[in-house]
Amino acid sequence: MRRYAQLLDALMFSPRRNVKLAHVADWLKTTPHPDRGWGLAGLIGELSFPAVKAGVIRKLASQTTDPTLFELSYDFVGDLAETVALLWPDSDDISTELQLTHYIQMLQAANRKDAEEVLAGLLNQLAPSQRWALLKMATGGMRVGVSARMARLALAEAYAADVAEIEEIWPLLTPPYDELFDWLDGRAERPQAGGRAVFRPMMLAHPLDEDELTQHMLQDYQVEWKWDGARIQLVSAEDGVKLFSRSGDDISGAFPELVSNMSWKGVVDGEILAGTPQDIGSFNALQQRLNRKTASSKLRASHPVFLRLYDILFCDDVDVRDLPLSERRQVLEEQRPYIDHEFFDISEQLDCQSLGQLEALRQTCRNQGLIEGLMLKNKASSYLAGRQKGHWFKWKRDPLTADLVVMYAQRGHGKRSSFYSDFTFGAWRNTGTGDELVPVGKAYSGFTDAELRRLDKFVREHITARFGPVREVEAKLVIEVAFDSIHQSPRHKSGVAMRFPRFSAIRWDKPVDEADRLETLLSLVS
Amino acid sequence: MTLNWVRTDENGIICPAARAWIDPVRPVSLALITHGHADHARYGHEHVIATPQTLDIMAQRYGEKFARSTTALDYGQQMQVGDVTVTMAPAGHVLGSAQIILDYQGQRLIAAGDYKRKADPTCAPFEVHPCDVFITEATFGLPVFSHPDPQTEITKILEAREQFPNRCLLIGAYALGKAQRVIALLREAGYDRPVYLHGAMQKLCALYQKWGIDLGELRPVPARASKSEPAVLAGEVVLAPPSAFGTVWAHKLADPLIIFASGWMQVKQRAKQRGVELPLILSDHADWDDLLKTIEEIAPREVWVTHGREDALIHACAMRQITARALSVIGYDEDGEISDTHLQADASSAGLIS
Repeated sequence: MRRYAQLLDALMFSPRRNVKLAHVADWLKTTPHPDRGWGLAGLIGELSFPAVKAGVIRKLASQTTDPTLFELSYDFVGDLAETVALLWPDSDDISTELQLTHYIQMLQAANRKDAEEVLAGLLNQLAPSQRWALLKMATGGMRVGVSARMARLALAEAYAADVAEIEEIWPLLTPPYDELFDWLDGRAERPQAGGRAVFRPMMLAHPLDEDELTQHMLQDYQVEWKWDGARIQLVSAEDGVKLFSRSGDDISGAFPELVSNMSWKGVVDGEILAGTPQDIGSFNALQQRLNRKTASSKLRASHPVFLRLYDILFCDDVDVRDLPLSERRQVLEEQRPYIDHEFFDISEQLDCQSLGQLEALRQTCRNQGLIEGLMLKNKASSYLAGRQKGHWFKWKRDPLTADLVVMYAQRGHGKRSSFYSDFTFGAWRNTGTGDELVPVGKAYSGFTDAELRRLDKFVREHITARFGPVREVEAKLVIEVAFDSIHQSPRHKSGVAMRFPRFSAIRWDKPVDEADRLETLLSLVS
Repeated sequence: MTLNWVRTDENGIICPAARAWIDPVRPVSLALITHGHADHARYGHEHVIATPQTLDIMAQRYGEKFARSTTALDYGQQMQVGDVTVTMAPAGHVLGSAQIILDYQGQRLIAAGDYKRKADPTCAPFEVHPCDVFITEATFGLPVFSHPDPQTEITKILEAREQFPNRCLLIGAYALGKAQRVIALLREAGYDRPVYLHGAMQKLCALYQKWGIDLGELRPVPARASKSEPAVLAGEVVLAPPSAFGTVWAHKLADPLIIFASGWMQVKQRAKQRGVELPLILSDHADWDDLLKTIEEIAPREVWVTHGREDALIHACAMRQITARALSVIGYDEDGEISDTHLQADASSAGLIS
C-alpha cells in the first residue's frame, strides 16, 4: 500500500504523459501479482465497491474530530476524502505493511452495514498519504490522469509486449487480470474472444506527406472520401450487438437504430453520419446525437443517422483482418445484399488514375463541408491495430485560415511551465458604438521553440491585466490561425467554435486593425 | 485579573508601559522585532530592539540605515524598557527568531512571533517559558496540518535526482529561513555537491554562513552566454524564490523539476494547482499538534492569537478550558504560501530580485 500511495502521488503531480507512463510501467514491473492487477484496475477506474459510497466517508468524518474543527478543515482542504485522510488519527500500529490485495478484498467483502467499520479498521493501519490512496480507491475517482490507453501502453512497456495485442483482449478481462498477466509472464496463451461482442483495436491513418506521393503509389492504393462524422466499430456476435467509439467506449445506447438493424454477424468499421445515405446531414446535426446515453424516438426521428461502412474485421466469426484490404473489400461487398439500406451503406471507392485527378478531388472537398479530405489505403494492407506507418494515409483538405489578434495568454505545463504558450485570440466585431475584439478560439501549437521564446517575450512585455493564471495582453499581435472547420456554437460568446485551431504563422508585421472580422468567420461556417 | 498593559492598535501589538510595539506594521518610535521576515521586520522605525541576527538580516534587507538606532539583545539577555523588563528567547522559526518576553508588575506576557518545534539545524530551538499570556500565531492552525519528519521529506529530493538524472531540481523556497534549512537538511542527508542559488538567495545564505551555519559549497546559477546554448544544471539542485519559476530566468535550466518546500504542500490539490511536481511538506511554523503542545506546556492563563486560522485554534483552546481570543492583527502575511505577488514583493523589497 505504501508503494501504491507513492505511485499515486507521483502520478498526481507529474504534468507529463511520458513521465506518468514511466511511473506506471516501473510500478507494474516491480509489484507482485495480484497487487499489480488490482492497482492497475484502481488507476483506470475498473474497481468498484458497491457498499462503499461517499456517505460512508462522511460518516467516518464525524469520527475524526469535533464537528467545528472538521467543518473548518473541510472548508480549507475542499476535498472530503483528503480531509478525512489528513484528520484520521495516526495509530502506533502502522508498522505492519499489508499488500494492496488485502485492502481490496476487505473493501469487496464489506456490506452496507459494516462498510464504515471496515474502512475505519483499514485507515487505522495506514499513514496519511496511504489513507488518501485508500479512500480515493474505495470511492473511485482517483483523478491522477491515467487513461485506459496509457495503462495498456505501460503494460506493453513493462512486459515488452505488443500494445495492440493487449488492446485486443482487454474487453475480455476483469480485475485483477489474471489471464492477462499469465500470458504476459509467459505462463499461458493469449486469451481469446470467442463469440463475445467485444471491441477490437481500430486501424488509424497517418497524415500524408505530399512529397511521398507518387504515380506509382496511386496504383496500389484505394482512394475514398474522408467523411466528417464519428468513426466507430459495430460488433455483432453471439451475445449481442454493440457499437464502440474509436477509443473503445460502448456507445450502443446513443444509436439504438444502428444496433437493432444490424442483421448479420460480424465486426465492421465505419463512420456515423447525420441524415440518410441519400441526404447526408451536417456535423452539427450529428453532434445532437453524440455524447448521449440514450436517444428518444423523437430525437431519432428529428436527427436521423446512418452508418457508412469502411472495412470489415470479422465476417460471421471468421477473423479477416489478416487478409489484404482488396480481399476484405470484396468480403464487405458480399454483405451488400444483407444490409438494411436505410441505416447502412458502403463507402464509395473513388476512381482516380492520376495525381492530377487526385489533387482535383481533394480541391472539391472544401466545397463539400461533410468531407474532410481523402483517404489513401494500401490495397495489400492487413487490418492493423493503431496508427501504423505506410498503410493508410489521410490527406486532409487545406485548412481554413484567419488572421486573429492575441488577447490572452497562459503559461503551459511541464517543459513549458515558464513560457506563455497557450493563447486565446479574437476577431473584430462591431458593437454599434465601435469595434471590439471577441475571443474566438485558443491554440497552443504550430510554432517553433524559437517562435515560442519570442511569443513569451511579447506576452511579458504587453501584459495589461491578470486574472489568476491568465494574462490579458495588449491587442498588438496578429497570428494566422489554421483550423479544420468552424461551427456555430451558442455556448461561446462569439457564437462560433473552431475545430483544431493552431498557429500557421505569426504576423509580427500586420497591424491589428487589419485582422479578420467575426462576419468573415461566420461566412466560413459549414 | 486580566492582563491590561498590552493591547493592539492600528500599528499592531502595543505595550504602553514600555512605549513600544511588537512587530509593528507601520513605522513607530520603538519596535521590538521577533524575526527578520519582511512582514514582521519593517523599514523606518526610530529605534529597534531585536536579536543581533535579526538586526543583521534587517540591515541586509533594507540597508544599514533601516532605523535611526538599534539595540541588540541576545537570547537570555534582559533589558529594562520603561517599567517593563524585555527578554529574548529562541523561537526556532528562522535564524535569530525570538519570543519576546515582557515582565511587568508581576505579570508575564510572551509574544512568540512565528515559531516551530521541529528540529532545524539553522536556528536555536524553541524554549518553553511559563507566562500569563501567550501570544501565538496560527498559520497552520487546523488539525489537517501535521508536518512529517523533515529528513524524510528531504530524501525525496535525492530520490528524484536519481530517478531523473537529466533534469534540474528546481526548489522553490522562501529566501529567508526555508532556503537555508533546505540546504542544511540536504547536507545532513549527505548531499555534498555544490548547491546553486538564484540571485535572490545569495546574500541571505552568505549571512547565515557568517553566523556559523554550515551550508557547504554554494554557487550562483551560471548565466548562459546565448539562448542557443544548451540548458544548464541537469542533475543539480537549484534554489530560487517561486516567483522566479515563471520568469525568463528559468528558461536556461535543463527541464526543471519543480519542487516546493512549504507547509501548504500538505494539501494535495493546492500543490497540484500550483504546478508543483514534487511537493515537500516542510514548514518553519508549528503544526496543529505542536501549537497545542506548546500551549499545554506553557499553560498560560490566556492565549491570544495573532494571525492564521485563529478560529480553529481558539475553538480547540476552549475545548481545553483555556481562554483564547483573536487579536486580528492586520498586515502579517501567511508566509510560506506560494503567492507569486507576496514572494515577489518580499524579494524585491529586499532588493534581491534583479
